[in-house]
Amino acid sequence: MSISRRDFIRIAGLSTLFGLGARGAYELIAPGQLEAKSVPEAAATGKRWAMVVDMHKVDADTARKCAVACHRLHNVPDFANPVNPKYKVDPEELVRWEVKWIWTDHFHNTFPGLDQQFQQERLDKLPFLVLCNHCENPACVRVCPTQATFRREDGVVMMDMHRCIGCRYCMAACPYGARSFNWRDPRPYVKEINPDYPTRELGVVEKCTFCVERLEKNLMPACVVESKGALIFGDLNNPKSTVRQVLRQSYTIRRKPHLGTNPQVYYIV
Amino acid sequence: MLETAFTGSKRYYLLLAALGGLVAIGFLTYLYQLSSGLGITGMGRDVSWGFYIAQLTYLVGVAASAVMVVLPYYLHDYKAFGRITVLGEFLAVAAVTMCLLFVIVDLGRPDRMLNIIKYPSPNSVLFWDMIVLNTYLLLNIVIGWMVLEAERNQVAPPKWVKPLIYLSIPWAPSIHTVTAFLYSGLPGRGYWLTAIMAPRFLSSAFAAGPSLLILLALLVRKYTKFDPGREQIQSLAKIVTYAILINVFFFFCELFTVFYSQIPEHMQHFYYLFVGLDGKARMVPYMWFSIVGMTIAALLLVNPENRKNETRLALLCGMVVITTYLDKGLGLMTGGFVPNPMERVTEYWPTIPEALITLGVYGIGFLILTILYKVAVTVKEEIKA
Repeated sequence: MSISRRDFIRIAGLSTLFGLGARGAYELIAPGQLEAKSVPEAAATGKRWAMVVDMHKVDADTARKCAVACHRLHNVPDFANPVNPKYKVDPEELVRWEVKWIWTDHFHNTFPGLDQQFQQERLDKLPFLVLCNHCENPACVRVCPTQATFRREDGVVMMDMHRCIGCRYCMAACPYGARSFNWRDPRPYVKEINPDYPTRELGVVEKCTFCVERLEKNLMPACVVESKGALIFGDLNNPKSTVRQVLRQSYTIRRKPHLGTNPQVYYIV
Repeated sequence: MLETAFTGSKRYYLLLAALGGLVAIGFLTYLYQLSSGLGITGMGRDVSWGFYIAQLTYLVGVAASAVMVVLPYYLHDYKAFGRITVLGEFLAVAAVTMCLLFVIVDLGRPDRMLNIIKYPSPNSVLFWDMIVLNTYLLLNIVIGWMVLEAERNQVAPPKWVKPLIYLSIPWAPSIHTVTAFLYSGLPGRGYWLTAIMAPRFLSSAFAAGPSLLILLALLVRKYTKFDPGREQIQSLAKIVTYAILINVFFFFCELFTVFYSQIPEHMQHFYYLFVGLDGKARMVPYMWFSIVGMTIAALLLVNPENRKNETRLALLCGMVVITTYLDKGLGLMTGGFVPNPMERVTEYWPTIPEALITLGVYGIGFLILTILYKVAVTVKEEIKA
C-alpha cells in the first residue's frame, strides 16, 4: 500500500490532534487521577488544617509582627522599601503591585455586608488579620487552566510557581483578594533574602500556603508562632485539637460563607 | 491562490506597510513588557485583567458573528449571502487570531503557554476557551479557503467541506458562550454573576460583527471592482437592527434585576460605572455615551429609511461598533473588578505601552484581514471578468 505525502501529513496531523485531546478526555472522566499518580502518597495522614483568628487577642502590633514574620520567611517583596533607592515606586504603583500573604483590613472590608450603622465601636478599630482562606471548595482551583493551583488532601490550597502561566484567572475567581501577581521582578524589593525559601520570578501568582514547609517539620505556621495565641491552628479532623476545642466553645464567623467556598479561616469577633 | 496577495496597487502596499509599522511598534513594546513585566500596564492586584482581555472579549464576538452570513446561506439557502460568506469567514479568521494573541500578551509567563495543553484541566473555562477558539480558527481558515478556491476554479467545493460548514454554525455561538462563562461563573464578582451574560454577549456580537462587516463591505465596494451587493448590505442591516435592539433590551433586563432586588454586591458595580463610587468616576462618561448612543442607534435603525440610505447606515453601524465596544470591552472589564470583593475602589486605565501593544495586535489582525480580503476580492474580480 502506498501513501501519498499529502495523506501522510493529513493522518499525522489528525493523530497529533487526537493525541493532545486524549489527556483532556481522561481528565474529564477521572479528574486528578492522572496527576495524582505522580504525587507521593504523603497526604494519607488524614489531617485537615484550619485556622481560628481570635480578634480579642489581635492588636495592631501583633498583626504587624505576624505579617512581618511571614513575609520575611517567604521572601515576599516590600515595594515600599526597595533594596536600592533607585527602584523606588510611586504610591499608585504600590497599590497595584503589592504582594501580600497575610495583612490587616477593616471590619467592613473583611466582612462586607456585616457592618451595621450601630455596632460595637471596637469593631471599627480592630485590625482584622486576613489571608488565604484555604477554602474547601476553592474557586481559584476550579478555574486554573494548568492545575498550577490545587488543593491538597490536608486542605492546603497550594501554588506551583513553576507551572503557573500567569493568566490571573485565579485572581478574578478569588472572592477574598488573597492572591498576588508578580507585576514586576520582586527580588530588588526583598531586603534580606531567606535562602531556605525560593524567591519568585516575574509573571506568576503567589499566596499564603499555611506554611506547608513548616507543617512538614511539625512546626506551626510562622504567623501562628508570632501571634502569641491570637491565631489558633490545627487539625479539624482531630476532635481533641485546639482548633476544634475553640470552635466548640466560641461563636465564629467566616468571610463570605454564602458564596459556597467553605473557607477554613474562622474568626472570633 | 495566495499569490494574488503579492500583486496589488500602490495603495494596497501602503496599507500593508502602515499595518506592518504598527506591528513593529507593538512588537518592540511587547519585548519591553516581556523584560519588565506586566507592571508596565495599568493593571494591578485589584483590576487584574484589563485592556487586553477586553479586546479578547469584544473580538470573540466579532469572530462569532460570521455565522450571521454563513447560516442564512447554508441553512436557509439565502443565495444573496453566497457572495459575502467568505468576507464573514475571513473576518472571523482575523478576529480569532487577534483573540489568541491578546490572551498571549496578557500572560505573565507566555513561555509556559503550552502548559494549558500539557496539563489539560476541563474544570477551567479557559481550557475550553482555548479549544473552541483554536478550532473555530481552523474551521474558518479551511472553509473560507476551500470554498473560495472552488469558486475560483468554477467547481463545487470538496464534499468534506460541507460537514465542516455545518459544524461551524453551532461552533460560532459556542465560542462566545464559553467566553461569557469565563466571567459569569465567578462567585465574588457581582457584575459578572448573571445568567444573561452569554445571551448579552451574543446579542452585542451579532450587532457589532455584522456592523463591522457592512463597513468593510462598503470599503471593498469603494476601493475594488468587487461589489458585495446592496441587497446583502441591507440584509445585514436588518440583522444588526434586531440584534442591537435585543442587546439594549437585555441591558435593561439586567438593570431591573439588579436594582429591583437591591442587592448591594450587584448594584455597586453599576454605581461605579454610571455615577461613580467613592468619588471615583473615570468610566462614567464612556458608559453613558455607550448606553445612550446604543439605544439611539437601535431606535434609528428601526426606521427603514435610515437603513436604505447607505451613508446613514454606515454612521449608525459605526455607532453600534463603538458603543458595544465600550460596553463589552472596558466597561465589562473594569465594571467587574471595581469595586473589588472587599468593596474598595481602585480604578483602572490602560497605559501607553499597553495601548501600543494592543495596537500592534490589531495591526497583525488587520494585516491578516487585508491579505485575506485581497485574495478574496481578486478571485471575485477574476470571476466577473
